[in-house]
Amino acid sequence: MTTTNPILSVKNLSVRFRTLDGEVDAVKGINLHVNAGETVAIVGESGSGKSQTMMAAMRLLASNGVAGGEVDYRGKNLLTLDKAALNGVRGARISMIFQEPMTSLDPLYTIGNQLIEPIRRHRKLGKAAAHKEALRLLELVKIPDPERRMRSYPYEMSGGQRQRVMIAMALANDPDILIADEPTTALDVTVQAQILTLLAELQRRLGMAIVFITHDLNIVRRFSDRVYVMRSGQIVEEGETERVFAAPQHDYTKMLLAAEPTGRKAPPPASAPMLLEGRNVEVAFRIGGGFLSGPPLTLRAVDRISLSLKRGQTIGIVGESGSGKSTLGRALLRLLPSEGAIRFDHRDISGANAQAMRPLRRELQLVFQDPFGSLSPRMTIGQVITEGLLVHEPSLSAKDRDARAVAALQRVGLDPAMRNRYPHEFSGGQRQRIAIARAMILRPKVVVLDEPTSALDRSVQKQIVELLRDLQAEHELSYLFISHDLAVVRAMADYIIVMRQGQIVEQGPTEEIFDRPREDYTRALMSAAIDDKKFRLAAV
Amino acid sequence: MLLYVFRRLLTAIPTLFVIVTLAFFLIRVAPGGPFNQERGLSPVIQANLEAQFGLNDPLWRQYLNYLNNLLHGSFGPSYNMPDFTVGELFAKGLPISIQIGTSALILALLLGSTLGVIAALNQNRKTDYGVIALATAGSTIPTFVIAPIIQLVFGLSWKLLPIGGWGDGALINKVGPVLTLALPQIAIVARLMRGSMIESLRSHHIRTARALGLSEWSVVVKHAVRGAILPIVSYAGPTAAALLTGSIIVETIFAIPGVGRYFVEAALNRDYTLVMGTVVMIAVFTILFNLIVDVLYAFVDPRVRYD
Amino acid sequence: MTDVAIAAPVAGRSFWGDAWARLKSNKAAMISLFYLALMAIVCVVGPYFVPHTYTTIYADYVRTAPSFSAYPKADMIESALRDAVKRMRVDVDEWHQDGDRVFVTVEASKPVDERSARYLDRSDTFHDTRIENKSDDGRKLTMSAAVKQQYFLFGTDNTGRDLLSRTLMAGRVSLAIGLLAGIVAVAIGVIYGATAGFIGGKTDEVMMRIVDVLYSLPFIFFVIMLVVFFGRNFVLMFLAVGAVLWLDMARIVRGQALSIRRQEYVQAAEALGVTRGGILVRHIVPNLLGVVVIYMTLLVPQVIILESFLSFLGLGVQEPMTSWGVLISTGAKNIGTANWLLLFPAFFLVSTLFALNFVGDGLRDALDPKDR
Repeated sequence: MTTTNPILSVKNLSVRFRTLDGEVDAVKGINLHVNAGETVAIVGESGSGKSQTMMAAMRLLASNGVAGGEVDYRGKNLLTLDKAALNGVRGARISMIFQEPMTSLDPLYTIGNQLIEPIRRHRKLGKAAAHKEALRLLELVKIPDPERRMRSYPYEMSGGQRQRVMIAMALANDPDILIADEPTTALDVTVQAQILTLLAELQRRLGMAIVFITHDLNIVRRFSDRVYVMRSGQIVEEGETERVFAAPQHDYTKMLLAAEPTGRKAPPPASAPMLLEGRNVEVAFRIGGGFLSGPPLTLRAVDRISLSLKRGQTIGIVGESGSGKSTLGRALLRLLPSEGAIRFDHRDISGANAQAMRPLRRELQLVFQDPFGSLSPRMTIGQVITEGLLVHEPSLSAKDRDARAVAALQRVGLDPAMRNRYPHEFSGGQRQRIAIARAMILRPKVVVLDEPTSALDRSVQKQIVELLRDLQAEHELSYLFISHDLAVVRAMADYIIVMRQGQIVEQGPTEEIFDRPREDYTRALMSAAIDDKKFRLAAV
Repeated sequence: MLLYVFRRLLTAIPTLFVIVTLAFFLIRVAPGGPFNQERGLSPVIQANLEAQFGLNDPLWRQYLNYLNNLLHGSFGPSYNMPDFTVGELFAKGLPISIQIGTSALILALLLGSTLGVIAALNQNRKTDYGVIALATAGSTIPTFVIAPIIQLVFGLSWKLLPIGGWGDGALINKVGPVLTLALPQIAIVARLMRGSMIESLRSHHIRTARALGLSEWSVVVKHAVRGAILPIVSYAGPTAAALLTGSIIVETIFAIPGVGRYFVEAALNRDYTLVMGTVVMIAVFTILFNLIVDVLYAFVDPRVRYD
Repeated sequence: MTDVAIAAPVAGRSFWGDAWARLKSNKAAMISLFYLALMAIVCVVGPYFVPHTYTTIYADYVRTAPSFSAYPKADMIESALRDAVKRMRVDVDEWHQDGDRVFVTVEASKPVDERSARYLDRSDTFHDTRIENKSDDGRKLTMSAAVKQQYFLFGTDNTGRDLLSRTLMAGRVSLAIGLLAGIVAVAIGVIYGATAGFIGGKTDEVMMRIVDVLYSLPFIFFVIMLVVFFGRNFVLMFLAVGAVLWLDMARIVRGQALSIRRQEYVQAAEALGVTRGGILVRHIVPNLLGVVVIYMTLLVPQVIILESFLSFLGLGVQEPMTSWGVLISTGAKNIGTANWLLLFPAFFLVSTLFALNFVGDGLRDALDPKDR
């Protein structure tokens, strides 16, 4: 099926942005090509320029961006094509779908309206014919009840469904190439698997080439024929997927492949004392209601969950968005009001108010998901880290606090000379280390980690995982590790709780859950995330 | 939707009630009364007038009387112009203020939006800077400066417009007042629209539309403008209420017999009924237009659910 | 704990440092800032350098046009002379001008009292009157007087007061009210809004309900009520103005306080066990300041316009004090005959508002940078 005649040829492409801080070169002269019918992956971490490459090819760069070089599509240079001809190519011969399904559709028009638009624009069909076409496309992407959906608005559909609609719109005119820019990154794991299967199937039926941009090596391995590895605007390695994964040449590729979380966590000894316990914890929110609006809705974010955390243990709480795992973590720390019994270190803290909790806070710490939002932007990181000391060790002098800050920064691998800098001057991974330092400086017993690595690149994730492991071993910490990233959880936790819509679906030691899942949902989760089976159906 | 409108109207009533009560007592607490301001009124006549209008009654009874009258649709007589009831005064002046206000509003919304869109499409180029400059000028210069300058330039120097007067609604008489009212609004709407349009053009669904090869017209007008229009709709509500109830400045400088002038004179003369009438009228207009705007909003944006 | 050699910490780029750098690169804003400073200095210090005071009435110079050259103009001397002599109740025999002195010979049916030469001095046009000559029967008197050179760079108003000094004095008033009322509005608004946003819950609901009701009262009503109450008192007036405009600030601050409370760094502080007071002081207030500064720069021009508006209606600053609004009000009534009465104060007012606007925009971009 793959010919060696490329339909898309990118030659010496460069992309430059004019920003407030000067000129930034996002892409520095790269070459790549796409053959008819094949799947090519462009993989890289954030800032590698992988998205900008294809945005430039489609002339969709932001207004402060300038592209140089050549993008050759069937003999025509897309970068110099006049607007009319370009619009004849976009949406008809080359289509693109994006990462954010929640915002990529126009919220003010119906699905049908938006689907019909590119059909009529490129194919000059009448209204009725276009409507039929639209229905056919919705069926093609497996949207149930398509006739009704034609009249729906985007806000009435889930992220996965919206992405299917996007795919339908992109394929409406049977293009040669579909560019998919991180199309599944913002979706839940099970939905990701569905979308990827759909894409593979559509490719088999329609025969278009796919350019798949992603940071997720698993997807690359299962989905693509060839791969380009990008870093800092340049292509560092390219070749057939099998070959690159089996025998990577460039150091960076090797590092990327090695960044998959490894290792396992041994369970704590049976004699370890119980530290944190929750019995039938329930968190409910009331929404709506009021004068003439009817009774309020009760949303049970956490629906009678029980768990117990021993010293030295790491419990991994996994689930997709809306499962209630974050809410559970905060409820256990008494940061949210909840029903049910919570005990810490044999003390009943279920009804404890802020006053009563204060002295306990140093032993129960929390690390957030978003390294950008969890550090106060107006404080130096030295102040951020030592704020806890102001509360729990008020007798310390400023000099002592400073010394503690230095020690804490060194412990997490940051240069203490930076302690008078502000959060925005650090990278995501560094900020997460600062957040960890802030928690550790108080020498807690239990740390709840709420998606601590989800916003970070894989390579940085690995460092944070290792840091957390070291700290746990050194101080006999207990972790509650909340995440949707099964690979990381498997490496970090000895006990797993699977949650869905506020309830526990399944729980047990890590290996059991991963190797011998009992419930259907757990199985679906595992196969979506970990399975090695290639997405493509029978190879042609 | 109907239920929503009904609910809003229902909650408007207590608000109106509070406003009426507050206004009622505030104006009466102010020193002076409607009849001791006038020069040359003998104490006997003054006492008679006060008795006639019930001003010697205890305050609570006056209040209840007023409410009673209000519910029967009467604002009472004007104290300082006793030949007219407040209702009649409004009937004379309100249509005039509304005419001028509506023209200014339409001009502002249409011209301002268009300028804003043009500026956004040409962001950071000369056209954009031109619109921004005009918008800054229009929104910074106060109406009481614009009005006399219009009179000076168009009326005296170029003799294109009359200096003032209503001229029984002749078109030429309306130009000055409408222009004065409209200019700042055009500026504000243009700026609002420009900002909103720039954001809209950067949104993801516009990127999708472009990626699908849709024509520039479709991208800009069908998708970007509709997304950008919401803040304008929100702004239009209170603005409409303010414009339609007459501008004191414009009506004073151009000698237009609208309702805008009533209020200041009434307050200074302690013409209680006229003041109350004006307060109620403005409050009603504000509530009404806010409601209209909210309903319109739901038409533009299907995500807004009012059930 | 082993002693670690602590390296001297490197200073960081704080939020305010960043903002100042961004502001400095905004030419329009910096020029406007400079202009405002200049305007303030000129209005505060200028009156001491202008030879006229803002209340002095020059009977001879009613409604004179602005001029770079000195008054009196050549064609005004004679009429001024005759006016003065008329008050002496004598007749002019002849007069001539020699350099900067005027010589006049007057004649009367009775001997002329020498003291009547004072009439010449009292005129705004002449001074240093001397008796040159007197006839033997005392019925003829020759006097000389120096012509007093005056400059009216902005012209004079309907009562003969110098417009330049009045404009500058008016500037003092308008700017002072703008600043002070702005501070009052900000103070009330911030405290009210931050409290409501921070406490949240029922208290917040009640507080904002009050704001909503006050908001729906016609704005004009409010203002006029306050003026009617407090009368024509300068001090109370800016309190009144500030008290009307705090509503917007309260809403903005409350909204911002609410959103800050939801930020993760506030939750992190709660997880650390920081007290409510600590969160307020260390997290909420510093993050609020940006918004407050931005809205204050929107507020000050609003205050100035409101004060001018009130003065325009005759409700604001009272004679003999003046503000730009008063001057513009008079000017508006005299267009066509004395344009300068409108144009000079209008220019001062509008240019100041423009400058405030640009500084406000610049501050907004500096503190909250988004692609314009």
